Order: sequence, then structure tokens, then C-alpha cells
Amino acid sequence: MTGPRKTRGRAEALDTALGLGTLGSPLAKVGRFVLYAALVFVFAGPLLALLVSSFSRVTDPTSLTLIPTELTLDNFRAAFKRDVLLYLMNSFLVVGGGLLLQIAVSVSAAYALARKKFPGLRLVFLLILSTMMLPEEVLAIPLSLVLSDLNLVGSLFGMIVPVGAWAFSILVMAEFMKEIPLELEEAARLDGAGDFRIFWSVVLPLCKPALGVIGIFGFTMIWDQYLLPLLVATDSQQFTLPLALRTLRSDEEVGIGVLLAASLLAMLPSVLAFIAMQRQFMRGLTSGAIKG
Amino acid sequence: MRATGSGAPATAARPGRRPLSAPPVIPAAPGNRRARWRRSLPNWTTPWLFLAPALVLFGLFKFTPMWRAMQMSFHEVRPYLGDRWVGWANYQQVATDEDFLAAIGHTVVLALGQTGGSIIIGLLLALVLEGSTRNLWIVRTAVFLPTVAAMAVVAEVWRILYYPAGDGAMNTILSWLGAGPSQFLNGQDSSLLSVMGVGIWRGAPYDMMIFIAGLAGVDRTLYEASAADGAGVLRRIWHVTLPALRPVFAILFTLAAIRGLRVFTEIFLLTNGGPNGSTEVLMTLIYKLGLERGELGVAAAGSMILLLATVLLTLVVQGIRARANRQVTR
Repeated sequence: MTGPRKTRGRAEALDTALGLGTLGSPLAKVGRFVLYAALVFVFAGPLLALLVSSFSRVTDPTSLTLIPTELTLDNFRAAFKRDVLLYLMNSFLVVGGGLLLQIAVSVSAAYALARKKFPGLRLVFLLILSTMMLPEEVLAIPLSLVLSDLNLVGSLFGMIVPVGAWAFSILVMAEFMKEIPLELEEAARLDGAGDFRIFWSVVLPLCKPALGVIGIFGFTMIWDQYLLPLLVATDSQQFTLPLALRTLRSDEEVGIGVLLAASLLAMLPSVLAFIAMQRQFMRGLTSGAIKG
Repeated sequence: MRATGSGAPATAARPGRRPLSAPPVIPAAPGNRRARWRRSLPNWTTPWLFLAPALVLFGLFKFTPMWRAMQMSFHEVRPYLGDRWVGWANYQQVATDEDFLAAIGHTVVLALGQTGGSIIIGLLLALVLEGSTRNLWIVRTAVFLPTVAAMAVVAEVWRILYYPAGDGAMNTILSWLGAGPSQFLNGQDSSLLSVMGVGIWRGAPYDMMIFIAGLAGVDRTLYEASAADGAGVLRRIWHVTLPALRPVFAILFTLAAIRGLRVFTEIFLLTNGGPNGSTEVLMTLIYKLGLERGELGVAAAGSMILLLATVLLTLVVQGIRARANRQVTR
């Protein structure tokens, strides 16, 4: 090692497995740019085409375009004429109600799991963990019977209540709560605060970062729900927007334009939420998939 | 003794200076009566009160349906007439019915193909897009979008891209490459592959992000050491990077396989099992049997088999995780 500058250069060169970023020649730079552009084209291209085409005069599948032509709002006008605003409203009601319920339930259960010692703790933990093996898909048939027994079929509540308890949220939250120093809680206890006070005004405010994580995950998860609304909705009045797309595949006036406009509206909320809360999303992703 | 600092709210610290023997300060009415009621509860109830909402919801929407699926799978379900015990007959029907066997075959092929494809492409993406510059971050965000867009949207977009006419979007791209045109979702031979393509397109970016997180944990001094030994890029990846990622591979593979087994929405929207049953998977068949043809018992038996496969695979994941954790702590 002859000097600090050279050492740093080497460290940078070996900061990634491939070391692509350190190739400095102009040719390498162009190559890199082409590669990145190709990847963006493959993965974001179709969604970008959806964005552009929904504002263009695109009546049949062969005229899907990445370059704006004949800009128009007709597609959205046609979509609104066919109740897309109602579906969007339903979607927001379901995701809003479901997310509030899910966060409240998760935070409360996590508090017991992370901060309390009681007989049966391990059993409850295993029980909650085991629900991860019981996704709606596998339970679809009996779930539809249970939903109708509970009078939840044909109402938005049927799409909200079942997503209230989600093991992922509970476990992420519990993991986070374990890290809060016990002294804070003890201090509050000495000051005479009960469990509910401690939970509400000591533990919860310290959990804001984790609330962001389960919030963004819950949002995308509920927004992506398909089978549950399919089981619950008995009438188009209860359709969520993703569920309604299937019924909007063509229109007399604007052809598939109506589908493009509705699809764009169904895509934007989860994509925008992800972009706004990307840091929290990545945290949840790695904690959920690797550490569990 | 006051709970100040690091964001603890003022409310918790308010009663601060009071002598310890004094009765606890209870917030003024209307909370008063409620607080006293809570205090009169024995101590062991507290954790259960906090757990109650989650346990009730899980009980209603996870464990009750599971229990009913188990029951129904041994019965001929007859609405209004009462169920009739049929023993293993439903399972027998599932195990011998050609449709079911074909659906199981499609499910396994699809799960393996999507899982393998997503992992390989995800790894390549991760190797190419690893790094901390802003440009890379933007490219990664763009590439990740398919994973966050709702499945229903993804399916509708791909139905359009796969439009089987010669000037459909994918056929246009195929013609640039000197191939095609293909029938895609409409062809019996190409439909399953086309569905798999959508799954990989949406799954690979997810795997990429997990791999990138894993790559961040690779010891950089090992890269230095391998460079000092004169190893090139390929040998560095083969001997340093890939072994370090082994636990990530194992977990991604099993998680994706579990997800693959219960694939429903994309099939339902892209092909609904067609053409001519060439993309029928377990879940779409169960859905049709249970909710369209009313054969609830057989559908339940199919669900139980799916459940069993999921449980087995999950236990494998847990085993791998336990081993990986032990390696980390050692």
C-alpha cells in the first residue's frame, strides 16, 4: 500500500461483486447506460406504456404505445361513466379500514408478545406464526362459508375484517418492540402508569419507525387483495377497483382505453405509496424474508 | 426517574415528583372509571386483553376455515340436507381425477419455473444493480415497480402485451428478434410458458432486492483477499459471493415455491385455466369446483392437499432458517 489514495481506489473497486461501477472508460460508461436503459425498458416499460397509453387514443391492444399520441382524457371520461370512481372509493374504504384495523390489532398483540411474560406465550407465538401457512387461497372455499355465516358476504366489511390480523405485521412489530429499553417502561410504572397508559404513551410513540414499515406493507398487501373481494362481492356495487378491471376490458367508444384508464388508477396508489415510503419498505422486505 | 428523553411523551412523565407511596394519579374523568376497572383486573389478564383482537380474528378467519376444510374433505357436502360422511372418497377422487392430476402437474411446473427463473434473473439483476450511487438507486426503483403494482393490473397489462395478433406488443418485439409470432396465452403450447413469464417478470425484482440485501453482508475483505490471490471477477463471484449467499438462495427458493403452489389471481385473470385446460392449476380448479359447481367436499380435499404441501415446505424453510441462524451466531 503506497498511500491512502490508492487504498481507497482499491476498496471502491471491490465494493461490489461485479465491480461494474468502477470501469471508467467511455465505452464502459455507454455500455452501462445501455444496460440500465434495457432493464428499465423490460421491467418498467409495460407500466410506463400503461401510463402513456391511458392518456392517448388507444382503442385496441395493437396500438399500445410508449410515445404519447393524440393526448386525450376520453379514456378516463369513459371509465368514470362506468363507475370507476365508485370502485376506487370502495378500494380506498377497504384499504383505509383494513389498514387501521390491522395496525391496531398488530400493535396491541405485539405489545403482549414482546413486553410480557406469561404462561402460554410460546404457544400463542407459534399459533400466530402458523397462520402464515394458511393464506386465503388455500382456505378460499371454507372461508367463503364462514364469511356468509358471519353475514359478511355482500358488504365491504367482509373485505376489511378478515385482513385485520396479519402475522407478518404482528411479528415485525413485536421484533421492534423488543428493542425498546425496559427502563423506560419501569420508570413510567413507578410513576403510576398502568399497562394501557404505558402501551399508549411510552411504547407506542417509540414505535413510529416500525409503524411505517407495517403501514406500507399493509397498504400494498390490502390493495393487492383479489380473492377475498372476489369471495365477498355479490354485486358490482361492492367491487374494489382491482376486482372491477375484469369487467372493464372494452368499451363501445374508447375500446380498451377504458381498461387502461382504470388500470392506471388501480396501479398508482400502491406504486406511489411505495415510492414515498421506500426506505421503510426495504426494511420490511429484508426483515420479513431473511430474518422472519 | 422521569421517563424523559428519546421521544417519551410528556404524558408519561407528568406525575413525576410525587412520593412513591402516594396513590397513582389517575387521569381526570371521563377516563376515571375505566382506569379503575382496569386496575381491578387480575394481572394475568393483561397480555390476553392485548392479544384478544388478533386471536379472535385468526380464530374466525384462519382456524375455523381450516377446521371446516378438514371436516368437509371427509363429507359429501349437501346444503340443507346435511353432510354425509364419505371417508377418504374425496381424496380418492382428487388423486385419480385426470383434471386434478393435470392441475397438480401444471402447478408444480409453474411453481418450479417461476421460482427458478425469478431467482436466476433476480441474482443477475442484483449483481448488475448492486451499488450505492443515486443512478443505481433510481434504476432499482424502476425495476422493482412490477412487484408493487397490484396483480390484477399486472395481469391486465400483460393480456394486452400478449395480444396474439402479429402486431401485438410482444409479437412486435419477437419479430425484431426474428422470431414469432406466437399465440401466447391463446395457444395450448405457449400458455403456461406465457403465464410463467409474467410470474418471473414480477418475481425477479423481488428476489433482486433480497439478494442485494444479502450482498451488502458479504465481507469486503474477502473480495480484497481474492483479488490479492489474482482471482478474476468470475472466480470471485463463484468462490466468494455465491457461497455467502447460500442461505438467501435456500430461503428465496422455498418461499417462492410456497407462493407458487397457491397461485390463483394471475391464472384467473390471464387465462382462467384455458385454453383447453392447459393452464389449469390447483387453486383455479378448486375455485371452480367449490364455488361454481358446488362440489365442496372434493374442493376441500384439494385444499387440504395444498395445505399439507404448504406446511411441509414451510417446515423446510424453518429448518433452513434455524440452521442459518446457528451459523450466524456461532
